[in-house]
Amino acid sequence: MDNGRIIEIWVGVFVAIGIGALFLLAMQVSNLTEFTEAKQGYRLSAAFQNIGGLKVRSPVKLAGVKIGRVSDIHLDNENYQAIVVMNIQPQYKLPDDSIASIYTSGLLGEQYIAIDAGGSPEYLEDGDSFDITQSALVLEELVGRFLVNMSEKSGSKEE
Amino acid sequence: MLNVLWRLGAFSLGAFAKLGRANLFLLQALAGSAEIIVRPGLLIRQLYMVGVLSILLISLSGFFVGMVLGLQGYNVLSDFGAEESLGVMVAASLVRELGPVVTALLFSGRAGSALTAEIGLMKATEQLSGMEMMAVDPMRRIITPRLYAGILAMPLLSALFTYIGIQGGYLVGVPLLGVDEGSFWSQMQATIDFREDIVNGVIKSMVFGVIVTWIAVFEGYDCVPTSEGVSRATTHSVVYSAFAVLGSDFVLTALMFGE
Repeated sequence: MDNGRIIEIWVGVFVAIGIGALFLLAMQVSNLTEFTEAKQGYRLSAAFQNIGGLKVRSPVKLAGVKIGRVSDIHLDNENYQAIVVMNIQPQYKLPDDSIASIYTSGLLGEQYIAIDAGGSPEYLEDGDSFDITQSALVLEELVGRFLVNMSEKSGSKEE
Repeated sequence: MLNVLWRLGAFSLGAFAKLGRANLFLLQALAGSAEIIVRPGLLIRQLYMVGVLSILLISLSGFFVGMVLGLQGYNVLSDFGAEESLGVMVAASLVRELGPVVTALLFSGRAGSALTAEIGLMKATEQLSGMEMMAVDPMRRIITPRLYAGILAMPLLSALFTYIGIQGGYLVGVPLLGVDEGSFWSQMQATIDFREDIVNGVIKSMVFGVIVTWIAVFEGYDCVPTSEGVSRATTHSVVYSAFAVLGSDFVLTALMFGE
């Protein structure tokens, strides 16, 4: 084999390795595989008083299993509520009296939507919304409430 | 006093003249792009010189950088009981910053300096003027293929560096230090976004490829054609590349990741 041919082969190997690395990065490291899920799933929305630190792409979980992701968050200007649109994978069916709540994983971890499945025979369909929702717990509010309780108790003792 | 002013003026005029020459040079080199299609052999040979011969350096460096990241990240994260986030830390820092930047710095040391020295020596031994005498445009024949080879090779090398780095971090984190394998990969996949992180990393490395090769080729073409001039041009090529890469990295990061 002459020199030029060897160089051509080596360059071909190099380009293949580079593109292969890029492909592996896309498939193994990033969330590219979820793009196909997003197209297949169906969309549900829920109105919350307060979503805390919930973000687009936060997970939606049922019994701790991830069944979808938050795809959009916007404000309803009339009721001043946050409308969270989520994308649920098509193999999961939710009864139409299910409850959507915002929980935090761990004490300071990221926030996610937890679904408590209801018992209704009817299922939620694309475009439906959750009737019952529970807002995020805001730590400052909890601490504030706790402090108010404490001061009321100590006040009544003194009397 | 007047002498100082005179020198300052001469220095800044010289700097602007060099910047202008560099931009005209880039335009001239890009104007010869058709040569790449007419003679793909030139490009392939240069891809071999700058790309294939850098694979070993890039892979080994990536592997060790990834291992160090895994080790250091574990030490800090375990203080907070967040060892599971090791995968995110290693992958995010490699994909967003270290992959493109360290590859560009290594690339300028490995391939950029060689390009400068090669072209500088061609100029010093009057090969470039010899080509002009034979009615061969050295711009198209020498400069354009080298420029394109650098621009094409950088993203590929950077992807290789990043991938091997993540595998290095995995090797230290999971089998050696006992981080849970499932959360290592799943947290990484949950955090690293394809468009936001990986595509931006590739864009970064392409920009760095243009910067590093442009500086290298220009410094060689613009050097004083003596042995001392070639050695100074080679030093300048590496030093300016490092400055330009790190400076433009800040700008690119601010544009891409600063909300």
